[in-house]
Amino acid sequence: METLNYLLDGFGTALAMDNLLYALAGCFIGTLIGALPGLGPANGVAIMIPLAFTLGLRPETALIMLTSVYAGAMYGGRISSILLNIPGDEPAMMTCLDGYPMAKQGKAAEALALSAIASFIGSLIATIGLIALAPILARFALSFGPAEYFALFVLAFSTLGGVTGKNPIKAALAAAIGLSIATVGIDLSTGTQRYTFDILELYEGVDFIVAIVGLFAISELLLFIEDHHGSAPRREIKVNHLHLPLKSIIQIIPTSIRGGIVGFIAGVLPGAGASLGSFVSYSLEKRLVGANGRFGQGDPRGIAAPEAGNNGAASGALVPMLTLGIPGSATTAVLLAMLVSFNITPGPLMFTQNADIVWGVIAALLVGNVLLLLLNIPLVGMFVKLLSIPPRYLMPLVTMVAFVGIYSISHSAFDLCFMVAFGVLGYILRKADIPLVPIILGMLLGPEMEKNLRHVMQINDGDWLALWNSPLSITLWIIALLGLLLPIILGPLLRARMRRTAD
Amino acid sequence: MINRKTFATAASALLIGFGTVNAHASDAAIAGKVDCIAPAGPGGGWDFTCRSLGRLLDSYTQGGVVVQTINMPGAGGGVGFAHVITKRAKDPKVIAAASTATTARLAQNQFPGMNADMVRWVGAIGTDPGIIAVNKDSSIDSLPALIERLKQDPASVTFAGASAIGGWDHLKILMTAHAAGVKDIAKIKYLSYNNGGSAVTQVVGGHIDALVGVASSSKGFIESGDLKPLAVLGRDHLSAPLDTIPTSHELGIDVDASNWRGFYMPKNVSDAEYQWWVDTLRSASQTESWKLAMQQNGLEPFNLFGDDFDQFVIKQVRSLNDISKEIGIIK
Repeated sequence: METLNYLLDGFGTALAMDNLLYALAGCFIGTLIGALPGLGPANGVAIMIPLAFTLGLRPETALIMLTSVYAGAMYGGRISSILLNIPGDEPAMMTCLDGYPMAKQGKAAEALALSAIASFIGSLIATIGLIALAPILARFALSFGPAEYFALFVLAFSTLGGVTGKNPIKAALAAAIGLSIATVGIDLSTGTQRYTFDILELYEGVDFIVAIVGLFAISELLLFIEDHHGSAPRREIKVNHLHLPLKSIIQIIPTSIRGGIVGFIAGVLPGAGASLGSFVSYSLEKRLVGANGRFGQGDPRGIAAPEAGNNGAASGALVPMLTLGIPGSATTAVLLAMLVSFNITPGPLMFTQNADIVWGVIAALLVGNVLLLLLNIPLVGMFVKLLSIPPRYLMPLVTMVAFVGIYSISHSAFDLCFMVAFGVLGYILRKADIPLVPIILGMLLGPEMEKNLRHVMQINDGDWLALWNSPLSITLWIIALLGLLLPIILGPLLRARMRRTAD
Repeated sequence: MINRKTFATAASALLIGFGTVNAHASDAAIAGKVDCIAPAGPGGGWDFTCRSLGRLLDSYTQGGVVVQTINMPGAGGGVGFAHVITKRAKDPKVIAAASTATTARLAQNQFPGMNADMVRWVGAIGTDPGIIAVNKDSSIDSLPALIERLKQDPASVTFAGASAIGGWDHLKILMTAHAAGVKDIAKIKYLSYNNGGSAVTQVVGGHIDALVGVASSSKGFIESGDLKPLAVLGRDHLSAPLDTIPTSHELGIDVDASNWRGFYMPKNVSDAEYQWWVDTLRSASQTESWKLAMQQNGLEPFNLFGDDFDQFVIKQVRSLNDISKEIGIIK
């Protein structure tokens, strides 16, 4: 088994003392960032990138730290869902449904511990899936030419509206905003300047890390200011003493395994991502065991399913990123930017040319999961205490980190202004209920999608039929079409069920 | 930045005391913290150039000169170039990383209102030779065979590279074809990728005919047999084990297309300060530790410093300007 050898070498990298320490730090910081409302994993990783460079870390160490932040943030997202009924990020939404009722019944500690175990099982299953699937897909990925890539990007966008999207038109609008922003800068295929207005800073386009931090972190600050006028909201958080019967753990194991598998599959599809993973695994579980459960009133399995699902999807999303170089989510996009800046090109060849790094990161995911489980059960009280720090102290700190972080990447005041502008834009869009994630994906996938389309045209002298003349590209087009049409047909039905679930 | 100044003064006093700096440059000795501007984000070529300079000078001056790398991305190096010209015009403690990508952009007037003689070119610390390679199963076996195809139909071979249209990788194949007497070089198909890795992947996957890039990023794929190298674009062979790849000169094509990695500094520094940098760079790059570092990173020596380098850059900009006009990239 070639894969097994690589993986063992990977463990050698991940278990080196310094890497292990950075992984631990990453898990801790990640959990903290994930627990803060409004700050998701994408933000967490984006804010940590400058730190990785300032510390002068080696590529594998930096990536291990950042993947730990990623995994940690997925774990942390559940804490505020359960205790405050405020999801830290979108995928943690489903965890509120049973987590908050359980906390209200005075079983917050159990809810937190069980969700940590479910997250662990979900991640573990998906990481095993990643280990099994990635090398196979990596070899297969060499058959992706420009036409196949273009079809894959179309697929990613067509699934964006998705089952969970409240309003597909708004998601499409957001994606269009992202795509328009992506056209700014010098066009690589002709050398022509687009929308740069002779401003040097715009020649390379808009940096999407600036956009992510602005859209999410700064807009969160603005929303907070509007909501509270500087006074802290009342938060009554009480965590009881942990009393965890073995029976409850055994009860959630099958649920977590199913959730992990469903989540992984959802994560592999570019564009669909973690929200779909947690939603589908929750509904599946409810249908399977719903009759003899108390879903929506604090059933432990109602916490386990979405948590296993969204953590599974997080690892699943690494599959297209590592094998095809296509990020399926904002967070994997940030990780991709990180890889590229270390001169490592994700894609089929990375598995042979940078095997040590890839497998080190995969092993680090496994190690990180164990660390997170160990961190989360005894230290949950501490995370809870940190959550009860009034946001009027916490938000300025986050804002400061965001400003310092962005400035240290580019040393440009221009980028800071841009970040604030994106913050205002994010604020307005959130007020209008327009989702932000499609904007990031539009900015990110837009240039690649355009480039591949133009490459197809250049190679084939402008023959549009070249877009679908291989079995692979035809298959991708069909999946894309299904991804676009199914939600329109099935969406209203599913959403109605989701509403009933939520009620 | 009062602290920085105090530190610099203290450090230079210390240095002159110990006399570690070259004797003939001591009147303009630079010491303490200096800024190296990498006009791109962290990672990548210019960042590497600055960080290498940091290591090089740290061991050469025994800690007397501390190089701080400042990333200043934007406009393909234009933001950093503008910063040096407008904000640091007389500052001897700033140096900026540059490469052939910089001269190509200067040649095509992509830094509005700026040109190559607005800064002083110091020297290069090494060069990454240009290379042309094809998929291992390609029917093209040599550079002359490739040129023959292009002569029959310039659009019959598709090239992938890591620069934009009109950028250095694109110019490499155009210059090679031009030197070999191919007519209608503007018809040559070139697809641009964001980085060398994506371009290599497409050639290894068999979707695109040929790769035009640099030795360092294709080395691993040539050694593993995924890529078949056709020629090094220059006069010198690569170091072993890739020293069997023929050079374009051996094959009768007069083209030099290596990607040097070097530095420029502000125009208005004193001659003595400029000379300190030139001498320091020249001597530091001769050390064994540097030669080892070059080898590990796939760089070959490039021995041009001071006025020689300055003239080389000005000349390169001029010839790139000529060829860009000829193929219609600029008017």
